[in-house]
Amino acid sequence: MSILDNIPVHIPSSVSTADRAYNTLPLLHEIRHALERLSREGESTILDLRAIPFPPGDEQRLLDYLGTGEVEAQLHALGNSLIRETRYSGVWVVEHKNGDDERVALQIEITSVPAILRAQPEDIEEGLNRLTASLSADVKEDLV
Amino acid sequence: MTDRKAETLGAILRKNGVSRRGFLKFCTTTASLMALPPSWVPTLALALEQARRPSVIWLSFQECTGCTESLTRSHSPSLESLIFDYISLDYHHTLQVASGTAAEAAREQAMHENAGKYLLVVDGSIPLGNPGYSTIAGISNLQMLKETAKGAAAIVAVGNCAAFGGLPKANPNPTGAVSVSDIITDKPIINVSGCPPIPVVITGVLAHYLTFGKLPELDQYNRPKVFFGTSIHDRCYRRPFYDKGLFASTFDDEGAKKGWCLYKLGCKGPMTYNACATAKWNQGTSWPVESGHGCLGCSEPDFWDAGGFYNALSIPIGDVSRNTAYAGAAGLVLGAAAAGLNRKTKAEAVRNHGKVSIDDLEKPS
Repeated sequence: MSILDNIPVHIPSSVSTADRAYNTLPLLHEIRHALERLSREGESTILDLRAIPFPPGDEQRLLDYLGTGEVEAQLHALGNSLIRETRYSGVWVVEHKNGDDERVALQIEITSVPAILRAQPEDIEEGLNRLTASLSADVKEDLV
Repeated sequence: MTDRKAETLGAILRKNGVSRRGFLKFCTTTASLMALPPSWVPTLALALEQARRPSVIWLSFQECTGCTESLTRSHSPSLESLIFDYISLDYHHTLQVASGTAAEAAREQAMHENAGKYLLVVDGSIPLGNPGYSTIAGISNLQMLKETAKGAAAIVAVGNCAAFGGLPKANPNPTGAVSVSDIITDKPIINVSGCPPIPVVITGVLAHYLTFGKLPELDQYNRPKVFFGTSIHDRCYRRPFYDKGLFASTFDDEGAKKGWCLYKLGCKGPMTYNACATAKWNQGTSWPVESGHGCLGCSEPDFWDAGGFYNALSIPIGDVSRNTAYAGAAGLVLGAAAAGLNRKTKAEAVRNHGKVSIDDLEKPS
């Protein structure tokens, strides 16, 4: 038995949450309204969660409520990013991390496909040039 | 060799193999950092693509290095990316390798090569009482500030000391400390207050300047409105408890355990304008109120002399001028609040804390 066990410290098993005011519910309503706009008018919305004053545990409650859907994608550019659809189709959680794997942005996107997943014209052009160059005579010889 | 300052940020990132998609991610996180709405990302991408890295000279005067510590804890962007991608940090005597004459030569070179275009960042207050209170390489803070400010495009006063005088200016202000704007009046000055300021607020302001080439909209204390536009109280997640009249009365009572409002425990949230409630600290882990302690009001002018950290705002702060006079007469630097508690404490304080002057320190022991 550790000597520390003699110190009479009472740790409550859980803090009462009955009186707490959370931002989860208003945010979920905001997401519902945005999803309605997407469905009826095709208008996309992005909510930046950095600007939301979350009490402890509230952000996790929101993400747990939204759950996980059918699509999950990883982006490897300037650190990792995780883009996943929630169980409500059209509602996406986009989490950007830096090179040290620290979160630098967390957004809820209400859209058909988050813009960051789309191939960009500049990258397409650059890819075309690289593929064209790689299909030179030397490479073709390697393939045949 | 290519001059990196002449290159645009877009060109630098492309040269480093960053794809357009990666650049858009960079813009998204930067917009979030600058508290811009996500709809601004395309505008931001356009501006950042063309942005050129400005020369930055960072001067540290009467300070504790807490502001630089805060900057080095910035994770978005990291200090490394700030230095190598966003700006050209040409002088910062705490962070740079060079020291003494070599360091001062770097400052003079940056001033000469970027005359009229460099950004001057200052942390720490400036002593007017005696130039000897704070010098760098034998140059007084006042002289260095004046000569470096002359060619600056704009000045960013980082931390409460540079913005408002801060702790060195606290009663009885033994060094005659003043803020940057008390001395420099002919340059645009932006105050990024806080003790220390939030890391992402420092980098956010620098990123804003880089992106748009001008200072953001400022409040009456010349602070950027995007970060200092709303009070801690208005953005506090405990605010609903204040509205319901539910307060913690001690740090371990039932109200404290339930996370009720800390107003009665001296929280200065209602009179403090800062971004702690949303930006948070330690890479977004928490902030003072979330950890159970009231806001100290560290981004406001003269917060050290605001009448006690644990007095509720509604409680009068007492006869500060009389207490201050006593403290001054007794030669105490502890300030009015500690000295004014009772006669016994005062007498002990006088015995234990005699005044020490520069002359005393220079006497051989």
